[in-house]
Amino acid sequence: MNVSANGSDGGAEAPKLVSRPAPGANLIVKGVRVLDPRTGIDAVRDLVVRDGEIAEISEPGGAPEIERAEVVDGDGLLALPAFVDPHVHFRVPGQEHKEDLETGTRAAAAGGYCAVIAMANTAPPIDSAAVLGSVRDRAEREASIPVGFVANVTRGMAGQELTEMAELAEAGAIGFSDDGLPIANARVLRRALQYQRLAGGVIALHEEDPDLSARGVMHEGEVSAALGMAGVPAVSESTTIARNCSLALYEGARIHVQHLSARASVEEIARAKAAGVQVTCEASPHHLALTDEAVRSLDARFKMNPPLRTEDDRQALIEGLRDGTIDCVATDHAPHASEEKEVPFEEAAMGVTGLETAFAALYTDLVLPGVLPLELLIERMTSGGEPFGIEAPRLETGALANLALIDPELTWTVGEEGYESRSYNSCFGGRELTGRVLMTVAAGRVAFRQRSFALGVAS
Amino acid sequence: MKNLLGVEELTREEMERILERAQSFAEVGRRDIKKVPTLRGRTIVNLFYEASTRTLSSFELAAKRLSADVVSVKSAGSSVDKGESLKDTVATLSAYDPAAIVIRSPHAGAAGLVARWTEASVINAGDGKHEHPTQALLDVFTLRQRLESLAGTNIWIVGDVLHSRVARSCLLAFQKMGAKVTLCGPPTLIPRGIEALGCDVAYDLDRLGEADVVYALRMQLERMSESFVPSLREYASRYQIDSRRLGPRQLLMHPGPVNRGVELSPEVIDSPQSLMTAQVESGLVVRMAILYELLAGTDRARPERGPAPAGTPTIGQPA
Repeated sequence: MNVSANGSDGGAEAPKLVSRPAPGANLIVKGVRVLDPRTGIDAVRDLVVRDGEIAEISEPGGAPEIERAEVVDGDGLLALPAFVDPHVHFRVPGQEHKEDLETGTRAAAAGGYCAVIAMANTAPPIDSAAVLGSVRDRAEREASIPVGFVANVTRGMAGQELTEMAELAEAGAIGFSDDGLPIANARVLRRALQYQRLAGGVIALHEEDPDLSARGVMHEGEVSAALGMAGVPAVSESTTIARNCSLALYEGARIHVQHLSARASVEEIARAKAAGVQVTCEASPHHLALTDEAVRSLDARFKMNPPLRTEDDRQALIEGLRDGTIDCVATDHAPHASEEKEVPFEEAAMGVTGLETAFAALYTDLVLPGVLPLELLIERMTSGGEPFGIEAPRLETGALANLALIDPELTWTVGEEGYESRSYNSCFGGRELTGRVLMTVAAGRVAFRQRSFALGVAS
Repeated sequence: MKNLLGVEELTREEMERILERAQSFAEVGRRDIKKVPTLRGRTIVNLFYEASTRTLSSFELAAKRLSADVVSVKSAGSSVDKGESLKDTVATLSAYDPAAIVIRSPHAGAAGLVARWTEASVINAGDGKHEHPTQALLDVFTLRQRLESLAGTNIWIVGDVLHSRVARSCLLAFQKMGAKVTLCGPPTLIPRGIEALGCDVAYDLDRLGEADVVYALRMQLERMSESFVPSLREYASRYQIDSRRLGPRQLLMHPGPVNRGVELSPEVIDSPQSLMTAQVESGLVVRMAILYELLAGTDRARPERGPAPAGTPTIGQPA
């Protein structure tokens, strides 16, 4: 299945990704560095998009004229396959004061994303075909990029009874997750893994042992000891991953482990993969760029679950991303209203926004210092749909256009011009980052344009 | 110094200045008329989100001795009970143009947040399990009355370190004054990673004889139900400071209130080594000294309400 929307996969089932219909783009980007590690291209080219399809990637100056096409000077810019985020919270239904499908997809497009997968811990949660249908209807009116919706594994996210997973899959659920909460009961999870044989769909898991996490609000370690705040030990995550990988192996099921935060977790995943478990996993930009040292400020913008951990954990995540133990980058974009963050740390809601800063943060902190090659970052930021059956976008002739146009030298201060997201709980707020998305084409439509980015239109 | 948020931010020099000032207030305290006019016409708000006897009464009395007007707001029966946020409460109280807000909160970092939201000086009277800097300063003052200097002194802090803001602030304060600190308690009540603060950790009292000062912490009874320790009986048998364990030359401190027969045996509480009454006395003069240090000579009139400073968010424009 490609990154496209509204039934282009042609099956009898409902399409997994939905978005607002829009006309296909006509666009010529002249003299841009086209970089796609999957197709192996890294060269300055003219990139031509006609009716939403990549019509040509030609030698500079060789682009044909297209009537009414937008012509962009790509000098000094990068054209990348657009990113795919397997983990966002768009808060619909029920918490539209934090985000909705319009603002959420706008934030995603502003971050260079052409598709995202929205979690189901909404109010009410997406645990029935009726609720799933209603959010998909809204996405068809409001989403500027394709959105896939997971449905819950258990009713009401209570961790006790399975949802009607087969019906939900037919109604368009792209996978299943109780994200926000772990499925603490191993018997319930085991039933879900068995039922996957009927319903299909990967089961994405928020890995945490609620008894070990207890009332923890940050990583358990030197910083929590100094601040006197209750800690979430790394073993809360890693022991749960170990248990659930064993269950997945036993049932022959496919799982996707969400937001890895600790070295021990990376090691569990590596062991599981070596043992033949069908497991994929993700890590988030904040865990790859920040550590619990940031929490010394007691600023609730650094509060999320799982928490920021130590430099050693961060290094393990980077290594896991490099060697492929970690399959993809996921923002875990979790918008919250200011009144939920402008409170003492222990009281604050968990979660940070991330869609608009993901590429710039990782480009600034990992690529520019030479920690990771840009090609690897692109691969990991575009592969997020694969665990859910969505192929990574490719820059090649004939493909549906999913591309991000990026100025790799533009330095900007996060939040200075506001955010596209309705919420502004960014852990990178106020930081100067390098690398900015100027334009995003998602499923063939221009989904985002940096406002200051001047464009010419050919007559 | 504008605010007192934690011992962590204090320099040795700032601590010395407060302790010296406290010494001079101790002398005033021996006069018949104990009141000085330093803060006449200034307002001090005590905002207490947790029950407190000695800290609150000591701050009220300290402010009154300095001739300030005092208002104490406690969470029970106030707008806080009605769900008002800390930020809104601080905005409301700041409208009275107080010189200082003294805040106690069950949450770490609350005092720091209040300092961002008000023009008044902010004093942390305890934020969660994080810091309790005025307690640490009064404890240093108390010890200095007896020991001249803390340099090279061995201090053992014994008990529930995990849930104690006093332990954290005292550890930092004692270290800044040159003492060597050992934290001792059940392994379940010593936070993982605390050694990074440069202290020793012990899980039994076998080496308690090394200590010049034994600082016992309050053992909160609700910790039993959370299975941090199996029983009060077992805790007392392993960690209670009694006359058998406390040597004749060792000094004994406790932040109060004491669970008699749990962390301390009755006879040591009333022993001549116990500094507990002296700690309460010190509390008053040290808090006077802190108010003086933050407020005297900084008679800030409320600034004219001009245009908002650059970068201030306005409606519809996220910060």
